[in-house]
Amino acid sequence: MRSYRQIFFSLVFVCAAAITPLKAQDTVTISQKGKAFSESSVTIKSGAKVRFVNDDTVAHNVYARIGSDKEDLGLQKPGEQGEISFDKPGKYRVRCAIHPKMKLTVVVE
Amino acid sequence: MLRLTDIVSRFKYLPVVLVGAATLMGIEQGAQSQQADDALRALYQRPDAVPYPEDNPYSDAKAHLGKLLFFDPRLSGENNLSCASCHNPSFSWEDGQKTSVGVPMTRLGRHTPTVLNLAWGELFFWDGRAESLEEQALGPIASSVEMAQDLDQLVGKLQAIDGYSDLFEKAFPGTGITLENVGAAIATYERTIVSATAPFDRWIAGDESAISDAAKRGFALFNGKANCVACHEGWNFTDWGFHDIGLPDDQDLGRYEQLDIASLKHAFKTPGLRNIVERAPYMHDGSIRTLEAVVQHYNHGFVQRETVSESIFALGLTDDEVADLVAFLHTLSSDDPAVTYPKLPN
Ligand code: HEC
Ligand code: HEC
Ligand SMILES: [Cu+2]
Repeated sequence: MRSYRQIFFSLVFVCAAAITPLKAQDTVTISQKGKAFSESSVTIKSGAKVRFVNDDTVAHNVYARIGSDKEDLGLQKPGEQGEISFDKPGKYRVRCAIHPKMKLTVVVE
Repeated sequence: MLRLTDIVSRFKYLPVVLVGAATLMGIEQGAQSQQADDALRALYQRPDAVPYPEDNPYSDAKAHLGKLLFFDPRLSGENNLSCASCHNPSFSWEDGQKTSVGVPMTRLGRHTPTVLNLAWGELFFWDGRAESLEEQALGPIASSVEMAQDLDQLVGKLQAIDGYSDLFEKAFPGTGITLENVGAAIATYERTIVSATAPFDRWIAGDESAISDAAKRGFALFNGKANCVACHEGWNFTDWGFHDIGLPDDQDLGRYEQLDIASLKHAFKTPGLRNIVERAPYMHDGSIRTLEAVVQHYNHGFVQRETVSESIFALGLTDDEVADLVAFLHTLSSDDPAVTYPKLPN
């Protein structure tokens, strides 16, 4: 009984350990501070996500044009965050709808 | 044996030491607030040079031609309105009206914004519908309610005016008179329209007597309790962003009409605040007549609705504080050199 449990937990642990680094690689975090993105350009693999964290004192509203679609993260107050996934290779422009000087290029490989 | 006099003599310097320490602490604190002051002042330094885009670099020939075009009413369908009719240098490049009157004597829907300091801009018009000054310039020429000039005919019209061919050739060797070049020349001229040094700039540069104590208190409120800096930041006092500040106008959806993102409903571009005294009336609809009334709007006059910016909230400013803020806004007016009317080609 006990050994089954041990096996189960070690399996969970191994799986988690296997997944975690992948996850970390699959999501790139971009901070918003001083009305600027922490990077002007990021390169990710297709299917990966970009997480946008509002570390600022004012609200932001990140959006991206993906083909004819618009990914809109909506209003993000200080401390809030959201993610956009990029599934197809290409070059995408991310912008803050409130502060158009905040621009980020996402290159998807 | 320790005598009383010894003790006294031992401690006789104590008061001096105490006063000294207190003074040092005072200096230390003073230095800290001086540092805070310097950091804040650094955020308001004027830039050294005007930025010009790589695909439309500055040249004297372009700026000169751009000025002629800006002041030339023949760019309008009825040859009676120039850009300067509405963007009048006498009103710091606005027109002093609530909303202006276009070609067929139709009132426009929005108040004329200034063209001051736009070289640093990002998107243009109250709703950000133009991506560049080059693109923007052709808008009012063609607009049926502004200059109402058929763009297909504009090139021919300019070709028929002796003198323009040479001027275009000098500014744009090899391409001459084209619509694109009209836009490029006007945009270049507009980028040269920069507000000169104001009392505020002299104070930022270290001249303590350049502005009044009321204005200094106003500046502290602007960056603190009144929270104006959340949107009006930097030397030109704008984040070039779009916000709903709770004006009662609920017909015009502003930026949302160009970009359908919910938070942009009723959002308009943050205007810079340079020469703001000369630019009344205020707001996209020209609905506020005085700076006192503008500050009272932010203090408690805004309407409540979902899209009003997080940075707008009841400020609880006293009448004295309102007056201090207004005193500060007055220090942003510069004694700009007079703009001369150019002699137009005939
Ligand atoms: C009939 C009055 C009128 C005339 C003539 C006119 N404008 Fe304007 N201008 C306006 C108004 C009103 C707006 C704001 C419109 C809006 O935002 O929807 C504006 C906006 C602008 C802006 C955007 C400013 C900003 O902060 O985004 C620029 C630049 C500009 N005009 C330049 C010009 C040029 C160049 C010409 C001549 C080719 C011109 N205008 C002719 C009234 C006028
Ligand atoms: C949430 C952002 C925000 C804050 C905070 C803010 N403003 Fe504004 N301000 C704007 C926007 C946007 C406009 C234009 C609004 C419109 O016309 O719809 C504006 C317009 C103005 C105007 C009129 C400019 C013109 O050309 O008509 C003045 C003056 C002004 N603000 C001063 C202030 C002062 C003083 C404070 C602080 C008490 C302040 N603002 C706080 C965003 C802001
Ligand atoms: Cu933003």
